[in-house]
Amino acid sequence: MTVKTGPVHKGVSRLPDRALLLLAALVYLFLYAPIAVLIAFSFNSSRSTQVWTGFSTQWYGELLRDQSVLDAFETSMIVGVTATAISTVIGTLAALALSRHRFRGQTVADSAIYAATVMPEIVVGVSLLVFFVAAGFALGVTTIIIAHVAFTISFVTIVVRARLSGMDRSLEEAAQDLGATPVETFLRVTLPLILPGVMAGALLAFTLSFDDFVITFFVSGVGSSTLPLKIYSMIKFGVSPVINALSTVILLVTVVLIFGGSKIFMRKEDA
Amino acid sequence: MEGQRSGWSLRLAALLAPVTFWLGLFFVVPLLLILAYSFGTSGVYGGITLGFNPSNYLKVFDPLYLEIIVRTFVIAGINTLLCLALGYPLAYFIVFKGGGWRTALILMVMVPFWTSLLIRAYAWVVILSGNGLANKTLQFLGITDEPLNLIFTPQAVLMGMLYSYLPFMVLPLYAALEKFDVRLKEAANDLGANRWQTFWRVTFPISMPGVIAGSILVFIPSAGEFVIPDLLGGSQTVFTGNLIRNQFLQARDWAFGSALSVMLAVLLLGAILFYIRKVGTGKLEGV
Repeated sequence: MTVKTGPVHKGVSRLPDRALLLLAALVYLFLYAPIAVLIAFSFNSSRSTQVWTGFSTQWYGELLRDQSVLDAFETSMIVGVTATAISTVIGTLAALALSRHRFRGQTVADSAIYAATVMPEIVVGVSLLVFFVAAGFALGVTTIIIAHVAFTISFVTIVVRARLSGMDRSLEEAAQDLGATPVETFLRVTLPLILPGVMAGALLAFTLSFDDFVITFFVSGVGSSTLPLKIYSMIKFGVSPVINALSTVILLVTVVLIFGGSKIFMRKEDA
Repeated sequence: MEGQRSGWSLRLAALLAPVTFWLGLFFVVPLLLILAYSFGTSGVYGGITLGFNPSNYLKVFDPLYLEIIVRTFVIAGINTLLCLALGYPLAYFIVFKGGGWRTALILMVMVPFWTSLLIRAYAWVVILSGNGLANKTLQFLGITDEPLNLIFTPQAVLMGMLYSYLPFMVLPLYAALEKFDVRLKEAANDLGANRWQTFWRVTFPISMPGVIAGSILVFIPSAGEFVIPDLLGGSQTVFTGNLIRNQFLQARDWAFGSALSVMLAVLLLGAILFYIRKVGTGKLEGV
């Protein structure tokens, strides 16, 4: 170790910088090599997911003809959209309450919101299973939606609240001084201002819902299957390039959503 | 604080009513229910009799089950440390050396993060099994002649978890380091600190909120995991999560399953509170 005398930024010429660059490159390789292998073998011409025999798109055709996959996708969409709509409304109201008011019991409310985000999923899953059975609910799409709303509300609340805390309240006060009712003020001033936060919360809720396996696994019953449940049973049944094809499609949609979403949000921030 | 209303009002009650209803009925009540069940007695055919029966908790200390619980927490702990060891340099690299590529580089970490957990686990099932990429690479490098038995081992589970949870560590670290004022590093430098000293005495302490948030985000799902051990660990590497699943869906011993769930939740939340108190008093703000 020597005491440095030169300028701080010297590019990537020095040894620790090179080591850092190498390590970062290896971590990206670690993150993407498995995905690359997965995608490559979705185009394999044989049933093998390990030995390359030639190029083919037959597994995509098989995927599109698999009615149970399409049904599972439909269920996931219905659950995701419904649960997101409900939890976005409830979560936004809760965020307004927690950031705009000081009240007795606030610490309890705060703790409950955070507890719901750190509770292990398996505990939430089995406790809901026990509850639904004890209360006589038939397990199915409805119980999945109820469960998804329960575990996504807190995330919406936290995201919207972060947006509210950075907001200038003088605009709302101005609107009220000019004679707007509280409802008008909310709809025409507050809501447009927090909309990016609400959208971000909704996007997070939808992703969590669409991707959830553990909680859904316990509350779905036998009849209804979401996409993650379907993927799980496919893997359990045996590896097949059809799973690779499905994974590739999901990955592609994810990449488009992330890059598209980040563009939209960044434009909003600039405005 | 300015602009905040004090005390209870009809408006406040209306805003809080939906969340109280939903989280009360579908989060708090179910948790209280398994707490009650954990002291109950399971019938032979799956029914349950409520009461005050501590035997479900005593059963946890049966060496057979204790081994599984200890294994869960040890592997989850190792996974958290590995995620930190790989994730910290990566986040540091993106923030301080990423330059114009910063946004693209962090989005590249987010892609696997947003992808289905099952797909990530499946990728490793394929890579680690029989003639998969892992064995081919080992044979190519001359480390082994015969394909090794890689899948269904604790190492396979650890690999799958490291792969799945690494982004959970990188994102909060990135957020913490991004806020870092580079002038602090320059100041430390001007005052004669070398790179090593600057890092350990300036950069790392300031990034502590990210370290804490990342560790919690990795440790909780790791210790509660049951999918990855199920797909990559087989019957050899059972986690507490698998044990709980089996009690509810196979053995039908809901009382013991409830006791295990309560214990897992208490141990995890306790560990987190202890960790925050110990390392990060007051440092969690602004994450």
